[in-house]
Amino acid sequence: MRREGSPFQGLGTVALKELADNLSSARMLVLELLIVLTALAALYGAINSLRQNTAEDPFLLLRLFTVDRAPLPSFVAILGFLIPLMAIGLGFDAINSEHSRRTLSRILAQPIYRDALLMGKFLAGLATLAVSLAALWLMVIGLGLIFLGVPPGGEEIARSLAFLVIAVFYAGVWLSLAMLLSVVFRSPATAALVALGTWLFLTVLWPMLAPALAQVIAPPDPRYAMLGLDTPDTAIWAQTLARLSPNHLFGEAMLAVLSPTTRSLGPVFLDQLRGAVMGAPLPLGQSLLIAWPQTVCLIAGTIILFVAGYIVFQRQEVRA
Amino acid sequence: MSSADNNAVMAADNIVITARDLTKSYDGVRVVDGINFDIARGEVFGLLGPNGAGKTTTILMMLGLTEISSGKVGVLGHDPARSPLQVKRRVGYLPDSVGFYDYLTASENLAYTAKLMGLPSADRARRIAVALARVRLSDVADKRVATFSRGMRQRLGLAEIIVKQAEIAILDEPTSGLDPQATLEFLGLIEELKAEGTTVLLSSHLLDQVQRVCDRVALFQSGRVVLMGAVADLARQVLGAGFVVEVEADGAGLARRLATIPGVTNVEALAADRFRMTADRDVRSDAANAVVNANGSLRRLSVDEPSLEAIYARYFQNQTTPSGAARHAA
Repeated sequence: MRREGSPFQGLGTVALKELADNLSSARMLVLELLIVLTALAALYGAINSLRQNTAEDPFLLLRLFTVDRAPLPSFVAILGFLIPLMAIGLGFDAINSEHSRRTLSRILAQPIYRDALLMGKFLAGLATLAVSLAALWLMVIGLGLIFLGVPPGGEEIARSLAFLVIAVFYAGVWLSLAMLLSVVFRSPATAALVALGTWLFLTVLWPMLAPALAQVIAPPDPRYAMLGLDTPDTAIWAQTLARLSPNHLFGEAMLAVLSPTTRSLGPVFLDQLRGAVMGAPLPLGQSLLIAWPQTVCLIAGTIILFVAGYIVFQRQEVRA
Repeated sequence: MSSADNNAVMAADNIVITARDLTKSYDGVRVVDGINFDIARGEVFGLLGPNGAGKTTTILMMLGLTEISSGKVGVLGHDPARSPLQVKRRVGYLPDSVGFYDYLTASENLAYTAKLMGLPSADRARRIAVALARVRLSDVADKRVATFSRGMRQRLGLAEIIVKQAEIAILDEPTSGLDPQATLEFLGLIEELKAEGTTVLLSSHLLDQVQRVCDRVALFQSGRVVLMGAVADLARQVLGAGFVVEVEADGAGLARRLATIPGVTNVEALAADRFRMTADRDVRSDAANAVVNANGSLRRLSVDEPSLEAIYARYFQNQTTPSGAARHAA
């Protein structure tokens, strides 16, 4: 049965209203402060350690993103950890709060489809995240200019922009997960708890579980172990399993984009290195190619989770 | 049900909502079970029944907000399942215990829905101001809704329907949980809407309020419409007669005299000087005459308007007596 009218009617109105809500909410302010303060601390560490060897690094700006100084992790690692928190904070009560506030049936009684409501909320959340990430990006570049005094090159800007785009999609995965949970669970507290649980599991527990599981699936060969090497099968399984976590995909993509010397993200065999100039940076295009599968996975994850939320929402009863 | 059919003898183009064998089932349980009705333009129609009788589900099906299992419903000539936007553009809906965005002001809340309605920006501010004035919320237009009482929220919900200039206003339990003062005010607003020619569909379990404003009512029970028509018609149908007059007077052979009044079907002596008469019209003046003719002194003369509550109680009482307690449980 075909519906009449456009599913996008009212989309702009919903998106603008939600964007205004997001940007002015106290919750957003707290999350942003958290991220900015931690990022500042990481950048401070990076700047201090970079000042000691500014001489010959051609990608000084990019090093700001990736250099860590104990005990603080690098800027990118912090983002990999905190972006999900921000996305979950924006999405976990997207739909169920409309239920509990009893605004849902009133809004849906206006001449719009449900599509517009869900999509508008998603786009507003993604725009909010993009704005915050762009601000962080500008902060890094600005601090780099002030404290390192080296103007960024074109390729550095291009690579850091690629970082920005991938980070937005990484945020998109978590945003659509949070929104899916906000559709499935009527109580915002349950949705938040499940989302945060998933986040902790995938960022903290899964990196430890993946190698263990890989060893169960493909037991290490003692002959490799005697040589002090990883068994190839086990290593491949460990990596495949680890890649189920968006956090890992983000980390890999960041490695390829922000460290131009990265040649491969998987295990490398010696014969693959024949003719390679070790330590020489790859051109931008090649680095992007390496990060491409990870980026596609993040985009696909965003879309799949959004579609799942969309289907559940379309079939849901409006009444509380 | 026959009186409903009589009432439905209206010009077909005057009918704004029509339901035919409308059915909704969840997991095989029929929540709304084959209901039929027609609502004419400008009418105030009440859906009555206990909670869970299927009133809200019926309303949601009219708005295309829930799928129809079988049967048909037409609103303003459109099928809400196929062209919900057409329907929702012209129908206003005030949900059961309506909610607003607490952190926005009253006028901001209305501005958001006005944008969703697709009103041009030039119209919006003016229509919102007019609507807020109509529901007497002008002085709190720039206050956050969080501070609003329940009655104010209900009125703000009505303001939304006024902003929409809806042809049909669907109000789901609009007065439940309101204090008597707020209820009176709200019923007054419904009457204003009616005076402007808006068709009002009202659902409630508060019978006396519905009786005050409704032209016709449909009584729901476990997903079925068991009675439909004007309250007076229903009274005749269920209570047997429309008017019950009580007389407190003395006089010789008064009971016999009262019984001879034309239209009186029964006289019951409640005490030596108190009589209850059942009649098909208002026989108070005849009763007074009868007392005077009997040289008696008339102390009290009262008429019971046929109350929906009595109809309701009597109807379900009649139903449970023959068929056992099964229906009563529902």
